[in-house]
Amino acid sequence: MIERTPILDAVTHALMLLGLVLAALPIVVVFVASTHDLATVNRVPMPLWPGDHMAENYARVWDKSRFGEKMLNSLIVATGVTVGKITIAALSAFSIVYFRYRLRMVFFWLIFITLMLPLEVRIVPTYAVAADALQPFRVIAGGFGLELGIPQINLLNSYAGLILPLVATATGTFLYRQFFLTVPDELAEAAKMDGAGPMRFFIDVLIPLSRANMAALATIMFVYAWNQYLWPLLITTDQKMATATMQLQKLVPGPLFGQPPLWNEAMAATLMVMAPPLLVVVFMQGWFVKGLVASDK
Amino acid sequence: MEKRAAFSDLRLAGALIAPQLLLVFVFFYWPAAQAVYWAFTTQPPFGGSNEWVGFQNFEQIFTDRVYWNSVGVSFLFAGLSTALSVGMALLFALFVDRRLTGYRVHRFIYFWPYAVAAPAVGLAFRFIFAPEAGFVSAVNQWVPGLWNPALDGKDALALIVLANSWKMVAYNFIFFLAALQSIPRPLIEAAAMDGAGVLRRARDIQFPLLAPTFFFLLVINVTESFVDSFGIVDITTGGGPARATDLMVYKIYSDGFKGLDYSMAAAQSIVLMGVVIVLTFIQFRYVERRVHYS
Repeated sequence: MIERTPILDAVTHALMLLGLVLAALPIVVVFVASTHDLATVNRVPMPLWPGDHMAENYARVWDKSRFGEKMLNSLIVATGVTVGKITIAALSAFSIVYFRYRLRMVFFWLIFITLMLPLEVRIVPTYAVAADALQPFRVIAGGFGLELGIPQINLLNSYAGLILPLVATATGTFLYRQFFLTVPDELAEAAKMDGAGPMRFFIDVLIPLSRANMAALATIMFVYAWNQYLWPLLITTDQKMATATMQLQKLVPGPLFGQPPLWNEAMAATLMVMAPPLLVVVFMQGWFVKGLVASDK
Repeated sequence: MEKRAAFSDLRLAGALIAPQLLLVFVFFYWPAAQAVYWAFTTQPPFGGSNEWVGFQNFEQIFTDRVYWNSVGVSFLFAGLSTALSVGMALLFALFVDRRLTGYRVHRFIYFWPYAVAAPAVGLAFRFIFAPEAGFVSAVNQWVPGLWNPALDGKDALALIVLANSWKMVAYNFIFFLAALQSIPRPLIEAAAMDGAGVLRRARDIQFPLLAPTFFFLLVINVTESFVDSFGIVDITTGGGPARATDLMVYKIYSDGFKGLDYSMAAAQSIVLMGVVIVLTFIQFRYVERRVHYS
């Protein structure tokens, strides 16, 4: 620092340490609780050093809740949302920025407005649409007096139903648009001069340039999709399609008569659910922060 | 902004943007319109098509004391957790930005909580603050019955505020620190040369330059508390005890999917949408200003 401020420095260190404890303690407690047997975990206050029942607790809850299947579902959904979002956002931003047509600002605003209403505030009707995905088209065709025989597509209990509504937002599109606007015009001019068509320019010039952008978007989308809770809870009734976060609801220890609550298993499950996004953030912190700050969400 | 070198293949342009427009139409605009339709209609008890009832659904929720309770709890929750998480984050960011030895470790770990899923935060906090196990219930050994979120509404509200703030402090910290680190170092050094102490520099340089970030985070935090609190409430309190933590999002869920009253849930959704839209407008106005000044 600039001047010598020994007292303030001591205060700073103490406060930073306090912050560290506040941030890390809940995670540590979850870990410690997941390593004790039932009697120890229910002692008040619980001891803060790890016990030696870790392996059996995790194995038990893994089998009992079929966590393998659920983690796989969460992984499929998170990957699907990430890939889908990046692809669709890049394509639509390319269309809006690099093509000249009258409707493009209208399209941009149509997509941009979706930032206003998160999925949580419109869950009831979105659920109805997911139960019958082509319903909007049938109603509109019906409005024109047409009977097209549009089939029913039910997205409940399917990966498509878990993934698609989470892809239908503007986060990535906006990020890509901002990035494409900073790409120098000369690149596109040179590509056109050399006879490259739009798709060639997109694949060989824009995609490689936007790699950093893509990594940032991928980390935040993965964490966002993995941590989804309300939507999967609504749309899946079949246990085979359940995601890992949903399982936590079933593991909240209830008041069982004559039996202490199974906090050690609940905490083992909590740690397993929080681990993948935490690992993404720990190992890709740079990208994650970049994505977060750039997309403002 | 216009690109000088633009392509003109309009069919391709349409094909590129079609998937996104299709998704947005099916999963955003249609449901939003549907919510409006349901809010002004009601389903007859024995099936058949919906009947138009005007503002009756809204009258019904606005004369319902349970609904006003939920609105009050939501605003209280939003206010408390925003004040707590923005305040704490600002404090920690200011101290970490002094860049004493080891600040990188702190910067690294402070923001882990943001990666944790809301229901996982909920379950962890439910254990730590459980009345019959965990840590906090140790106070009950000295003063029996002092802490019990399962019975006392205030304790339950405190529990969800703490859980939500733990997660949001991490988020706010990132933004405050990024803003602090973008303040040019020579500016701070010049002020120090002129004899301005740490507090003076914070008051006259750092706080004014942080103002846009501060305002932005206030809006984001309030919005998030209205929207993203479902996972925490569902795991920790389930809206109870005696509806003391019955947030608006949670009530829409329980009326719509447990009570199966779509019209009531839709009317409540419209009100919540209104709140979120107003907040987002404030934020967009501000974002424009920030772009202008930077």
